[in-house]
Amino acid sequence: MPDLLLELFSEEIPARMQARAAADLKKLVTDGLVGAGLTYAGAGAFSTPRRLVLAVEGMLAASPTQREERKGPKADAPAAALQGFLRGLGIEDAAPVLALAGQPAGAHVHLAGVRVEIRDDKKGQVFFAVLQRPGRPAAEIVAEVVVQAISNFPWPKSMRWGESNLRWVRPLHSILCILHDEGGASVVPLTVDPLVAGSPVKGHHITAGNTTEGHRFMAPGRFPVSSFADYAAKLKRACVVLDPAEREAAIWHDATTQAFALGLEVVPDPALLAEVAGLVEWPVVLLGRIGAAFLDLPPEVLQTSMREHQKFFSVKNPRTGRIEGFVTVANRDTADQGATILAGNQKVLSARLSDAKFFWENDLRTVHAVGLVGMAAGLASVTFHNKLGSEADRITRIAALAREIAPLVGADPDLAEQAAKVAKADLQSAMVGEFPELQGTMGGYYARALGLPEPVAAACKAHYSPLGPSDDVPSDPVSVAVALADKIDTLTGFWAIDEKPTGSKDPFALRRAALGVVRLVLDNGLRFSVDRLFDVQVLRHQIGHTPAEPELLSRILSAAVADGMFGTTTRALIAETAALGWLPLLRDHDPGVSDDLRGFLHDRLKVYLKDQSIRHDIIDACLAMPDNCDLTLLVKRAQSLAAFLKTEDGANLLQGFKRANNILTQAEAKDGVEYSFGADIKYAETDEERALFAALDTAEKSIAPAMADEDFAAAMAALAGLRQPIDAFFDAVQVNSDKQVIRRNRLNLLHRIRAACAPVADLTRIEG
Amino acid sequence: MHINSAVNLFPPSADFCPRGWPGRIDPFAPLAYAEGALQEGPQMTGKPTPPRSFQEIILRLMTYWGAKGCAVLQPYDMEVGAGTFHPATTLRALGAKPWAAAYVQPSRRPTDGRYGENPNRLQHYYQYQVLIKPSPPDMQDLYLGSLEAIGIDATLHDIRFVEDDWESPTLGAWGLGWEVWCDGMEVSQFTYFQQVGGHDCRPVSGELTYGLERLAMYVLGVDHVMDMPFNDPQSPIPLTYGDIFRQTEQEYSRWNFDQADTAMLLQHFEDAEAECGRILNAPGLDKAGRLIIMAHPAYDQCIKASHLFNLLDARGVISVTERQAYIGRVRALAKKCADAFVTTEAGHSHSDRAGAAA
Repeated sequence: MPDLLLELFSEEIPARMQARAAADLKKLVTDGLVGAGLTYAGAGAFSTPRRLVLAVEGMLAASPTQREERKGPKADAPAAALQGFLRGLGIEDAAPVLALAGQPAGAHVHLAGVRVEIRDDKKGQVFFAVLQRPGRPAAEIVAEVVVQAISNFPWPKSMRWGESNLRWVRPLHSILCILHDEGGASVVPLTVDPLVAGSPVKGHHITAGNTTEGHRFMAPGRFPVSSFADYAAKLKRACVVLDPAEREAAIWHDATTQAFALGLEVVPDPALLAEVAGLVEWPVVLLGRIGAAFLDLPPEVLQTSMREHQKFFSVKNPRTGRIEGFVTVANRDTADQGATILAGNQKVLSARLSDAKFFWENDLRTVHAVGLVGMAAGLASVTFHNKLGSEADRITRIAALAREIAPLVGADPDLAEQAAKVAKADLQSAMVGEFPELQGTMGGYYARALGLPEPVAAACKAHYSPLGPSDDVPSDPVSVAVALADKIDTLTGFWAIDEKPTGSKDPFALRRAALGVVRLVLDNGLRFSVDRLFDVQVLRHQIGHTPAEPELLSRILSAAVADGMFGTTTRALIAETAALGWLPLLRDHDPGVSDDLRGFLHDRLKVYLKDQSIRHDIIDACLAMPDNCDLTLLVKRAQSLAAFLKTEDGANLLQGFKRANNILTQAEAKDGVEYSFGADIKYAETDEERALFAALDTAEKSIAPAMADEDFAAAMAALAGLRQPIDAFFDAVQVNSDKQVIRRNRLNLLHRIRAACAPVADLTRIEG
Repeated sequence: MHINSAVNLFPPSADFCPRGWPGRIDPFAPLAYAEGALQEGPQMTGKPTPPRSFQEIILRLMTYWGAKGCAVLQPYDMEVGAGTFHPATTLRALGAKPWAAAYVQPSRRPTDGRYGENPNRLQHYYQYQVLIKPSPPDMQDLYLGSLEAIGIDATLHDIRFVEDDWESPTLGAWGLGWEVWCDGMEVSQFTYFQQVGGHDCRPVSGELTYGLERLAMYVLGVDHVMDMPFNDPQSPIPLTYGDIFRQTEQEYSRWNFDQADTAMLLQHFEDAEAECGRILNAPGLDKAGRLIIMAHPAYDQCIKASHLFNLLDARGVISVTERQAYIGRVRALAKKCADAFVTTEAGHSHSDRAGAAA
């Protein structure tokens, strides 16, 4: 049972690609081995900046012999059928095979390495071919599989180098490939020839061997290895820690220990830790202090600058709460214990932070001189999208909508409008120009520096949230108003110009924006119709950014948010308006765009609720209800229904409802009438019928008020009371009675079941 | 240590072993610098002496890469944004002919002007550029040897190759490689060219770009570029970088940001663009019936257009949407020049060497 050791040694592999590449190498090679019949006991993959490594343990020494049987035509089939069958096996001459016909079962011939025999079948004699493929030694299979893996490696980006025709992530220098067992190790003979066939210059091929290199600077030179254990041990002596997890653990251990000794704490950053572990083969942790001149910079600025530019960890002083130090990870030991390296890093950091400090002070000067709105002035010449105007146009639209949303979310309209006007100003700041990821954060600092109200300052950052399915959702009403307005403006804009996401293409992140709206509404329990907001913002996009009589327009659109585009107040205002350019758009408003967008929002809602394990059919049953533009109500309904259907009463009631509904639907289709005339108890013939009448009377009495209170749980509890009488009814009563009066009355009674359930959800959409 | 001529770089025989890149440096052998080390001769410690001035670093790079077989070229005589624009890189990276060149290129980035006040930013600065085609297998070692040559001791410093893919939208060029870090500071760009002017690079060139001021400030331990010694501080007339460039940084910053006549620049851009097209559209045969494709004169116009665009950008008259359009226009010129160059003797896709060996 040999083990395989494979190392692909190259120039520095980008840190972000290493883990994936190690996993891909493992999959490609082990899949290839298993596909060729070589099973194995275990496999492990590793990476360092300069190598991808795979160790496979307990492999078969050779693939087993493979036997395949193919059933051919019957002995009395037309000759062409037999010839076709034989041709597929590489046999040209059919005569020896034909001679088998009529002989006893088992008679056979060997042709082109294939045994063809005749067997008895239920319907007569049939030809069979038996193919045997002999097993192959592991080395041969490994060589093929490795060459294949290298040629088809799924690097996110690969390149050529020199005169090579091979592609790899960076120049590939050597391949170590050995099979080893108790008896020793042998090199797997394989060659990767990167040259174009027929090229006049030879000599660039890479042939596998049993040697590798250690650390580039600390242990130059090649050495041979004889097994994985030998390899890992020798690498460590040559200053290479093979396992990225071990490097990560060592970095984190040393960093936290050094910080602890100074009474400091390293700010955890798992993504940075993984990246840094991919930049070094021999991690050496060095801790330094940030110059006093920079300690007053916002912590986000220090962290971002250090992380993005220098790949430093931030070190916090728990007594002051400030970021006061950094951890850098070098790739070598030095005679001066890293003093030169640390001094160099410190110097680079000072230059970086001098820039940041310059930006910070410059931005503060700017906002003190011209305010945040002044800082934002330049956004007029920044195009948001060529059909949707500039960033400044966008801010104007968002501010108008935020003001209209404010009363719906309990925010002060003036504050919401002000927040929307300043929330994106920092896009013009020097700091955000340098560090785009600080957008919003810097705006918050600058707003506080100007003494703007706290809700306005907080909205600068919060209005971008939420950015995904699990991050925090703002709860401050002003932030909520601006966040909603921002996302709704984006969605309606792209809907208005018909740039909707298709398939996997969503270049403007509209799915994320829609999910943002969903989460803002649900997490804050907001109650309003999203359609109205969609309507007015679609109109703003259609009208454009320099409307005539802007105040009048604004008054009408505000009315539409409160009352709907087709509400009486809105219509009255429109009717009074003199002929202006935008009037026809309002008068002949087409709600189709908003309807379509609502459908998109519902799709995102479904995905979101499915993640919270609410079944899609339950959501469909609730989406079919008329007030589905109120997302909070919709979800409340869906949650109650999901809970109800999990109870025994709920599940049985559903069956009862479906049975009633099916019978009724069929009867209505057959008779061409609707049985909604009201059943009369006087035609009831059995106790079970009378009991159902009574139960429906009771249930209906509580369902109506419960629905008025939006108390779905109470309404469903009332429905649960119907379960037993419905079951008893169906057990005892035949609906399709011969007496037409009785039949019609029973159908009308079934209609009462349907009607009682109707306000809760469309139960016909529930599966099962 | 022996000096290799450029001819030795590419032995015509088919059994040339790429691992044995001729003239590979022994990093611990003492280096002699005819002009660089001034008073000090070769050291017996086995470590190179630290350089003392900006110009000494340049001279050492020249000596080093010259010794490695590169043709030591002079700067291109036009305003460019980076050393890559020199035709010795842009055009020579195309086609199959072997090439090895090293040179200093003065570079201009009008938007980076800071009136000579910022310690690290200049609108006029120097890049050191090396291009070797095909990229030799020991390109990384050769590069590390150059750091050793300018006094960076790899046993004391932390030298790292950090992913940084290079792309020049104006040249229609891209490559994969790294930024090289020394103690956390980017000291060079290292790129394997994959495409230039829209053409696949076959073979691939290895390109090195050193930001000379930044590198020299680090090696010399200087915090403000203007304080950096340009010549040896013990010279009879010691000159700092500021003595030479502080005033010009001020003058150009003002002109770049406030004074450059944008209408004129726009016109010059149009003119350069038109002239580039005209040169390339001229018939291949001249009046004496010789076939002369004028790839280089056309490429000069492309370089001009690129620099004029940078000036217009610094003047703030190019909007975000227009920016892309201008870049696209320069790229179109670069592509046309590349298309023309690959039809010339210097740029064709079968090298003489390959032809001789075949």
